[in-house]
Amino acid sequence: MSPAAPGVVTFVMDGKDVSARADQTVLAVAREHNVAIPTLCALEGLSTVGACRLCLVEIAGSPKLQPACVLKATEGLNVSTRSERLDKYRKMIVELLLSERNHVCSVCVSNGHCDLQSLAQSLGIDHVRFPYLYPSFAVDASHARFTLDHNRCVLCTRCVRVCDEVEGAHTWDVMGRGIRSQVITGLKQPWGESESCTTCGKCVQVCPTGALSEKGKSVAEMRKRRDFLPYLTQMREEHA
Amino acid sequence: MTLEELQALAEKTRAAAAVAGRVVRVCQGTGCHSAGSDTVQQALARETKERGMGEAVTVMRVGCRGLCASGPIVSVSPDNLLYRSVEASDAPELAASLGGEPLERLRLPSDSPFFARQKKIALENLGQIDPESIEDYIAAGGYTALLTALASMAPAEIIQQVSVSGLRGRGGAGYPSGLKWGTVAKAAGAEKYVVCNGDEGDPGAFMDRSVMEGDPHRVLEGMTLAAYAVGAKHGFVYVRAEYPLAVSRLRKAIRQAEQYGLLGDKIGGSDFGFKVELRLGAGAFVCGEETALMASVEGQRGTPRPRPPFPAQAGLWGCPTLINNVETFANIAPIVRRGGEWYAAIGTPKSKGTKVFALSGRVVHTGLIEVPMGITLREIIFEIGGGIPDGKKFKAVQTGGPSGGCVPEKFLDMPLDYDSLVSIGSIMGSGGMIVMDETSCMVDVARYFMDFCTGESCGKCVPCRVGTAQMHRVLDDITRGTASEGDLARLEELCDMVRNTSLCGLGQSAPNPVITTLRYFRDEYEAHIRDKRCPAGRCRISQEAAA
Ligand SMILES: Cc1cc2nc3c(=O)[nH]c(=O)nc-3n(C[C@H](O)[C@H](O)[C@H](O)COP(=O)(O)O)c2cc1C
Ligand code: FES
Repeated sequence: MSPAAPGVVTFVMDGKDVSARADQTVLAVAREHNVAIPTLCALEGLSTVGACRLCLVEIAGSPKLQPACVLKATEGLNVSTRSERLDKYRKMIVELLLSERNHVCSVCVSNGHCDLQSLAQSLGIDHVRFPYLYPSFAVDASHARFTLDHNRCVLCTRCVRVCDEVEGAHTWDVMGRGIRSQVITGLKQPWGESESCTTCGKCVQVCPTGALSEKGKSVAEMRKRRDFLPYLTQMREEHA
Repeated sequence: MTLEELQALAEKTRAAAAVAGRVVRVCQGTGCHSAGSDTVQQALARETKERGMGEAVTVMRVGCRGLCASGPIVSVSPDNLLYRSVEASDAPELAASLGGEPLERLRLPSDSPFFARQKKIALENLGQIDPESIEDYIAAGGYTALLTALASMAPAEIIQQVSVSGLRGRGGAGYPSGLKWGTVAKAAGAEKYVVCNGDEGDPGAFMDRSVMEGDPHRVLEGMTLAAYAVGAKHGFVYVRAEYPLAVSRLRKAIRQAEQYGLLGDKIGGSDFGFKVELRLGAGAFVCGEETALMASVEGQRGTPRPRPPFPAQAGLWGCPTLINNVETFANIAPIVRRGGEWYAAIGTPKSKGTKVFALSGRVVHTGLIEVPMGITLREIIFEIGGGIPDGKKFKAVQTGGPSGGCVPEKFLDMPLDYDSLVSIGSIMGSGGMIVMDETSCMVDVARYFMDFCTGESCGKCVPCRVGTAQMHRVLDDITRGTASEGDLARLEELCDMVRNTSLCGLGQSAPNPVITTLRYFRDEYEAHIRDKRCPAGRCRISQEAAA
């Protein structure tokens, strides 16, 4: 075999040789090869934070698991995207998320179109082994067109990133620590009073659950439209 | 200031000190200060002056002497006398005794094992010099290493000495400092930074605070040597805002060093310049984690990010950044001055030098100590610490704070170093050491640390944010007597998962106190769960649960 051309690397994924551009992440390469790695915080077109930990993969020779959404493809890397251990951890992560807030699918606007729900289904979660924490959270319906329901938020920060990185408004951020963290608009003002919000709705569309929704949608009616993100990303790259 | 000028100033300061025959040193560390040592110092100054001792006696402020629980501490030299719990009302009697018979009522034997078993390098100036006087620091040999290095050593030679010394990072993980410095030196980039980590968030730890308060120039000199070695022009000291004395002493020290040309442009007449700024943290444990700390310095929310890239590759504002702990930097000037070989002769094969510990809990002498690596826990607790008070029995010692573990009696004779502690499930950590006797319930201890981690988790990653809360819940149930065997199994599963999947060291190590207490004190867990009984008699098992 001839040496790899500059910028191209070859590595092993699940026992198969794959090649990739050196700036690609393992997650991107996996998707090109139809290898399914569960993700939640990652969304193409936004920066990566490696926060949900669902996409962790094993690296041969290293005791540490690494998030595929951040891990760069490098020459000689040997990753496994599936294992009994990873399956178990991924299941536990989703169970922990389900126990954290008040996720009641049957009354949710996003029922049937929810990333958290799909993750639970694809990972075969039929019950949650951890006690529900039942925190008490408010709903912010002060915005003219959108609603924020903290009870359904998974703190993936997609809304924070899309607002900052794509819309350029930085209306959203996170406040508090640990289990008491929550997303906020402005300096924790009601969303409707935010002066920086442009009402573009990008946050609503990227939100994986029913935490952010359009007003006037009833149970199971909230379908998120995310086509704008790959489109904008592509346009930005082409005109960079 | 050149090396010759520095040496002349040192001579002059030492000569002036020699004129005053007797020096009364009053500790002004945070412990003694809060016990009123500033009024003690004023009273002593007034009394000695009124007695016409003006020329012959100097009363001065010094940094922490380590015996914080017995403060305010006052020492008298050259008589080698040490007094404890001195109050302002004791000043007349104490002043009258100077030069005569010691004041036995307040005396602490200065040859006690508490002092004799210690070896001071990082703390060598504490309790000796006035932390607010750069001249005192210079008289004690300060800044000689820096100016000598600038005049006659290449950056690579400094890194070589640090490597030879075997110094490992004192902030917790024990990463070899020479290796880290070499990586930053080699990293490409016009702009590089040096950061000193003075966040010190472990409950019960005050090693770094004492160094910053008691010998701030030592930290600055270490950072400046590092900057020269790796090619940085800017540095930051990150200090938690709850350390106001450390902040004010560092601020003063930076100003003094700038006035003497020991910081700023053209240091010591060389072409090398280095500027240091302070950054105050708002007291979050996670901000001690290096990537969260750098985010905080940049003005962002203090949350960690995945590594790699490591700070040495891409740190502050994406530039190569050297980040070391306060105590790590405090060891640099002596290493450069005396050579790496000298330092490497102290300690164990893989952990060189000394380590500062904050000894607390159920031990006679609580306080700050510095001991050679390889010393045993038994020597620390029973010789230096004076053993367990009230005739109680030793049960365990917690090292490494919320990221560490509980060490039972059977390991008391193990030589202490980074690797030996890891091999038994704990860590050296930054040096917190909490001694527990038979009245401590180990489940309750684990619950306490998990409560801390739950509250200090930054909330970014799911395993740490929710996993610690769920683990805390189980531990809480066990201490109330409401948990089942199934809960214990789930707790162990969570420990494994949180340790292996969390984003940063906070979550990765949060299970350690649970894992070690389960390993060494499983019977206590089982007693709570099966017999609804707390063997130490500490937990309040609810009546219904017990019934
Ligand atoms: C949760 C957490 C808290 C930490 N807190 C501190 C701290 O307070 N001080 C410190 O020096 N290092 C702390 N560290 C370690 C730092 O990330 C880093 O390793 C260290 O500052 C490097 O310096 P060293 O090599 O001199 O030890 C912490 C790490 C974690 C994961
Ligand atoms: S998708 Fe990688 S950590 Fe969330």
